[in-house]
Amino acid sequence: MEKRSGSFWPLAIVFSLFVLFMYGPMLVIFILSFQGPEGGLTFPIRGLSLHWFYKLAEGLGVVDIGAALRRSLGLGVAVMLCTVVLSVLAGLAFRKKLKGGNALFFIVVASLIMPSIIVSLGIGLEFRLLDTGIKALLGAFGMDDALEGFGTSLGLFTSALGAHLTWTLPFGLLIMFAVFNRFSPSYEEAARDLGATPWQGFRHVVLPLIAPSVVGIGMFGFTLSWDEIARTSQAIGDVNTLPLELQGLTSTVTTPSIYALGTVTTIVSFIVMGVTLALVWLLGRGRKGRASA
Amino acid sequence: MSSTTAPPPSANATPAPGRSLSAWWQATPLTVVFALFFLIPLALILMVSFWDFNEYELLPGFTFKNYISVFDGCGNMADMCTTFRTYLSTFKFCLMVWLITLVVGFAVSYFLAFHVRSSGVQTLLFVLCTIPFWTSNVIRMISWVPLLGRNGLVNQTLMQMQLVDTPVEWLLFSDFSVTLAFVHLYTMFMIVPIFNSMMRIDRSLLEAANDSGASGWQTLWNVIVPLSRTGIIIGSIFVITIVMGDFVTIGVMGGQQIASIGKIIQVQTSYLQFPLAAANAVILLAIVLMIIYGLTRLVDIRKEL
Repeated sequence: MEKRSGSFWPLAIVFSLFVLFMYGPMLVIFILSFQGPEGGLTFPIRGLSLHWFYKLAEGLGVVDIGAALRRSLGLGVAVMLCTVVLSVLAGLAFRKKLKGGNALFFIVVASLIMPSIIVSLGIGLEFRLLDTGIKALLGAFGMDDALEGFGTSLGLFTSALGAHLTWTLPFGLLIMFAVFNRFSPSYEEAARDLGATPWQGFRHVVLPLIAPSVVGIGMFGFTLSWDEIARTSQAIGDVNTLPLELQGLTSTVTTPSIYALGTVTTIVSFIVMGVTLALVWLLGRGRKGRASA
Repeated sequence: MSSTTAPPPSANATPAPGRSLSAWWQATPLTVVFALFFLIPLALILMVSFWDFNEYELLPGFTFKNYISVFDGCGNMADMCTTFRTYLSTFKFCLMVWLITLVVGFAVSYFLAFHVRSSGVQTLLFVLCTIPFWTSNVIRMISWVPLLGRNGLVNQTLMQMQLVDTPVEWLLFSDFSVTLAFVHLYTMFMIVPIFNSMMRIDRSLLEAANDSGASGWQTLWNVIVPLSRTGIIIGSIFVITIVMGDFVTIGVMGGQQIASIGKIIQVQTSYLQFPLAAANAVILLAIVLMIIYGLTRLVDIRKEL
């Protein structure tokens, strides 16, 4: 393998073109979002300005972008926390003898590859039937005031949260498997031999070792939720998340404001990735520091 | 990310100390989430697909009405019914996108796995390929508009070079733009598992093939492709199931003009025709499961030969 084989340069060109294909269009809308006030949806650029970002902040038509952004941020954080905690717990469980573990693993993988529209429809249906049930119950008990006030159990932190978890948890669990496949149990055994309780063993031995991957799971949880459309679409009820609003806006908004919105959401994604990388790097450095001390 | 083919660790790793009781409470929260938001919804879809409905409410019962109405007029061979036409169109997208993502994904993975020598550069380039996965799909779709639109960059260039007199119309909101967007969005799902499989290939096998006088193509076809099979199948399952159920990409990139099964389900849901949507979902699920079953059989058959 000393000399580059004949396929190196053709494949290097294919690879470069692929990267250009991946990033080129994104770069274009990033540039176009700084269009001057007279500029349109395509080139040429007519001056540089933040005009379309101001327009965006004022709201696009009837859509309150700020509120949608806050909803998506809140949901993303909730999904991130749930994904991290549940994936780590389940990852630990799978290391032990777990009856039905194979069935659970199968269900998790099935959820990952299930067409999203089906999951979404099912959850929407479930909560609507739940609504019918709740209304019938309230009516049966004669709680008319509560019945009047009851809208729907579909919502951001009920059905939408669940829908997002069916998409983020499989990734979280698979990452935990990859981590624990390469994880030697002798560290914990040593901790136990030295008298550590299971909790101490986890808190002071296992957790620091798997910390970078746990941060990675958190990033998966947030970014996948932040951009999720298909599973949310039928399972959210009256409110909308930012990507859902964005999807609706693609057919109605004909100004560069929509590019500005794209730039904003992409920047949020990049900030989350950057924070993740920084944390992983810091955690890795801390571990090396302790090892050499 | 190198995890897609990993079996449950309990299968091959030494079990860590612990009682199965504590394993159960640790797995319970995850199990509850999947029971509440995956298994029960699927069961409800199956149940409601046999229900009746009117304009105001769902009527519990047991009827095949919904299935019959899905295949309404499909007995007529001369004029294809909507359902068959829609599936045919979806299959066409599936086949195109699968072929392109497979070839591109394989080439990119091959370059990363076998041509990049430093593992640092390899990781960097791999991350470069996966970053777009963590950004918004809709943004990545609309980012094609300034390029492919009527007055877009491509048309401007073609006009300037005087290759065409009038702007090319089929670039955007067409089958072409839908396929392009699928490839743009989902090649990543091919790259990750194929790259993962390729990284597990013992490099001495390639040397052995080389020493035995195999040409580059022979090594590729007889050694690398069979050993990357698991990754290829996993990637194919991802891409095919995503395209089969899609309604967002076909909606946005097709200018809401192209039909898909996912879109039919979405529209029926928005009109609260849940039993009809459920029947369509059951049929879609059955077809997707058959495709997945076929793909996984492909692995076993090859293993047995």
